[in-house]
Amino acid sequence: MAERAAPESSKGHASKSMYWLIAVILGILTMLEVAVFYVPLLHSVIVPILLVLSTAKFALVAMFFMHLKFDKPILTTLFAGGIIVATAIILSMMLLFGTIGPGAHM
Amino acid sequence: MSAQAMTATGHGSVYSGDLRSWLTTVDHKRIGVLYGISALFYFVVGGVEALIIRLQLASADGAVVGADTFNQLFTMHGTTMVFLVLMPLSAALFNYMIPLMIGARDVAFPRLNAFSFWTFLFGSLLLNLSFFVGDPPDAGWFGYANLTSRQYNPGMGIDFWILSVQIMGIASIASAVNFTVTILNMRAPGMSLMRMPLFVWMALIVQVLMLLAFPPITVAFIYLLFDRFFGTHFYIPDAGGTPILWQHLFWIFGHPEVYILILPSFGVVSEVLPTFSRKPLFGAPFMIFSGILIGFLGFGVWSHHMFTTGLGAVADTAFSLGTMLIAIPTGVKIFNWIATLWGGHIHFKTPLYFAVGMVGLFIIGGLSGIMHASPPVDIQQHDTYFVVAHLHYVFFGGTVFGLFAGVYYWWPKITGRMIGEGLGKLHFWLMFIGMNLTFFPMHFLGMDGMPRRIYTYAADLGWERWNLIATVGAFVIAVSVLVFFVNAVRSVWAGERAGGDPWDAATLEWTMSSPPPEYNFAVVPAVNSARPFWLHKYGPTRDISTRTKEEGTPSQPETPPERIDLPSPSGWPILAALGLSLIGGGALVGLWLVLIGVAVLVFGVYRWAFQPLERLGHPSFGPAPGGGR
Amino acid sequence: MDPHATTFGVHSRKMAMWVFIASECMFFGSLIATYLSYEGKSLVGPTPEEILNIPLTSVSTFVLLMSSLAMVLALDAVQTGDRRSARLWLGAVIVLGGLFLGGQVYEFNHFYHEGLTLQQNLFGATFFVLTGFHGAHVTVGVIWMITLLVMSLRGRLGPERSLDVEVAGLYWHFVDVVWIVIFTVVYLIQ
Repeated sequence: MAERAAPESSKGHASKSMYWLIAVILGILTMLEVAVFYVPLLHSVIVPILLVLSTAKFALVAMFFMHLKFDKPILTTLFAGGIIVATAIILSMMLLFGTIGPGAHM
Repeated sequence: MSAQAMTATGHGSVYSGDLRSWLTTVDHKRIGVLYGISALFYFVVGGVEALIIRLQLASADGAVVGADTFNQLFTMHGTTMVFLVLMPLSAALFNYMIPLMIGARDVAFPRLNAFSFWTFLFGSLLLNLSFFVGDPPDAGWFGYANLTSRQYNPGMGIDFWILSVQIMGIASIASAVNFTVTILNMRAPGMSLMRMPLFVWMALIVQVLMLLAFPPITVAFIYLLFDRFFGTHFYIPDAGGTPILWQHLFWIFGHPEVYILILPSFGVVSEVLPTFSRKPLFGAPFMIFSGILIGFLGFGVWSHHMFTTGLGAVADTAFSLGTMLIAIPTGVKIFNWIATLWGGHIHFKTPLYFAVGMVGLFIIGGLSGIMHASPPVDIQQHDTYFVVAHLHYVFFGGTVFGLFAGVYYWWPKITGRMIGEGLGKLHFWLMFIGMNLTFFPMHFLGMDGMPRRIYTYAADLGWERWNLIATVGAFVIAVSVLVFFVNAVRSVWAGERAGGDPWDAATLEWTMSSPPPEYNFAVVPAVNSARPFWLHKYGPTRDISTRTKEEGTPSQPETPPERIDLPSPSGWPILAALGLSLIGGGALVGLWLVLIGVAVLVFGVYRWAFQPLERLGHPSFGPAPGGGR
Repeated sequence: MDPHATTFGVHSRKMAMWVFIASECMFFGSLIATYLSYEGKSLVGPTPEEILNIPLTSVSTFVLLMSSLAMVLALDAVQTGDRRSARLWLGAVIVLGGLFLGGQVYEFNHFYHEGLTLQQNLFGATFFVLTGFHGAHVTVGVIWMITLLVMSLRGRLGPERSLDVEVAGLYWHFVDVVWIVIFTVVYLIQ
């Protein structure tokens, strides 16, 4: 970071059709999530499946709609910092309150 | 408003102007001064609260105040010292010094900066308004549920407390956004992160901590407000809730908060020791990484405040381990400070005294802290005066001494005057002696079983002697603070005028006149070193211990060679701050006032958003475009 | 105050919004953490299984996702100076955001009549505070979008102001992303 850089012009950019494609994928992922919810067979693994699907949606919105994939890495670092600490707090609290972990009664 | 003339020495023009100019200022230097004056004022307020507490406890069966008043006093003392003194005093130094130290002309968002100050000020007034309505909060600065429930605390005191601290929290978050962007994005060319001064590094970590730690307490406050106003049961066991939820959310904020309170002092010490040892900070990269590690680990230890709540062995162990781990980067810092002094050519000036005092006193506070890290030991110490001793060694010995080191160090730069060395050293010794007299005996009292927050105690417990000594010590501290104020007033009134670089220091804030011109830098410096001014004065040598600089001009030219435009003053930040505070205060009065507050806030924000940063007649310096004036 | 030379080569206002978003992660994180910590601990009903309406909420989730699409298309239109499309897509964000809020209002009202209130049990308290504050954030976003639309209608939202739209968009997408999390952990994982 020794030199000052001019602000980024879109070096690499998603096109409008890419945005529509992402939107369709988001719709499909949402439908999959709801489908999993309604299929009793999958209920034992519903949590990991849903976490994966929702993480994928989260990542698509962040990387493409929020432009992180094409922006300077500092922005991703800032966002990731908040997400990591927030996730750690969520997991810690759930452990402390017994929602997850040994002897959890969920 | 024509372009303002710059006096040849830059004295005072940055502060000149009427009341309106102060209410609408967006200049980080003025805002820093406003924070500093407010913090010092509240230092006296919080100190008086402490003196009354000490008078009450000086003897057994004290009759100075009753139990309820005593609870209000320690609540207000703690809340005031944390939120109205230590944080704003740090904010004062951040505001004034960070743009100067990174080679910038102001912060990233000058109006947001003003908004933060006025929001803080109005929040602080709201808190103290509770005194005037006769209902100050009384549940401690940490407000444990369910003592704070409407059932057990039906008055308005807790509401004052929640709303004012929440308002001040918003000021802090706004500030944190501002300074994070400023530090990351506005550094002079060549100032890589590893060349950034340690004070700025510690400030950056503090901003990140504020960003991440204040939201949990906001949520805790929301739940408490809802319990108190809307009948929810977040903290009510009868409905399945638990008061322990409050403790978790509060300490998820509270523990990072104590690092927010100490890291600025660490940063000051890391600036002062090299300057007065005339050698570079030992192991600067390690100081940076240990600061980052302290900040990060600080989020993983919060339940060490809760070892007595029955978390279970696994949780206790995990938090105990994390707490002990934090001692490592802290220890690294202490050793590096000592190594900085070692072999240096020491200049015995007041800032150095306070910095060294800070290190020594913080070590003592750290040692008692390490004891608390062990759950079985902590279970004995919890809620006793042993903890009061610990927290005052780190907050007073650590933060207050460190911040005073910064105040004395940067005093010439801020005021353009030297501050008396004789009175400064007297201040130091009185404060050092007073502080130890007050708080060291509390280790013994705690070990002897004296609980915290009791308004009196029986004569046959054997606690009177140490309590009396502590009270004497508190008054010695008070005298020392008086000495400081005398010294400060004398300096501002008639102190010896300071040049740009009275300490022969290494960093950018010393390269221009004292006080700086409004635009800070006539020419934005190019930076090639972590010690750019020493490089400029002495060339690329690490050993300046035996060098003395030639008398010369500061490295900044007197007048800017090119035109500089600064943002216009603005009244919208203070109006928006007022709107926000009316919302908070309105919750205590009625919906109508809340709605007025919303209207004022929205109006202020819209006007602010649509107001250009530089308007007709904005301050500008240097030659007019096309040459000439 | 040169707006063009920044150390990281990122516009300061854009960086500021990301910094704020990181802070908001902790705000919603704390609300979600409490919801999940109190899950299953209510002493009385109604319970999530009894009362949450997955089909309805799936639709409103979809609506909010599509509003993010409208947002990026609006930004693209502003950046390329396509005024008509900018107004169209900003209007779409507002309508879709408004639809989402309408769905929330309907849901809250329905729950209230089913006996789930803030005061009823821990589920009511944690659910309404979490989704309520999310809804409040959406409301602020809608007001922000209306402001931008009015600016566009007045011819004041050209490419030179695309940073303002981009920053507003980041806020909007973040609010959407928070909903993705809430939909998963509150509605689908029971």
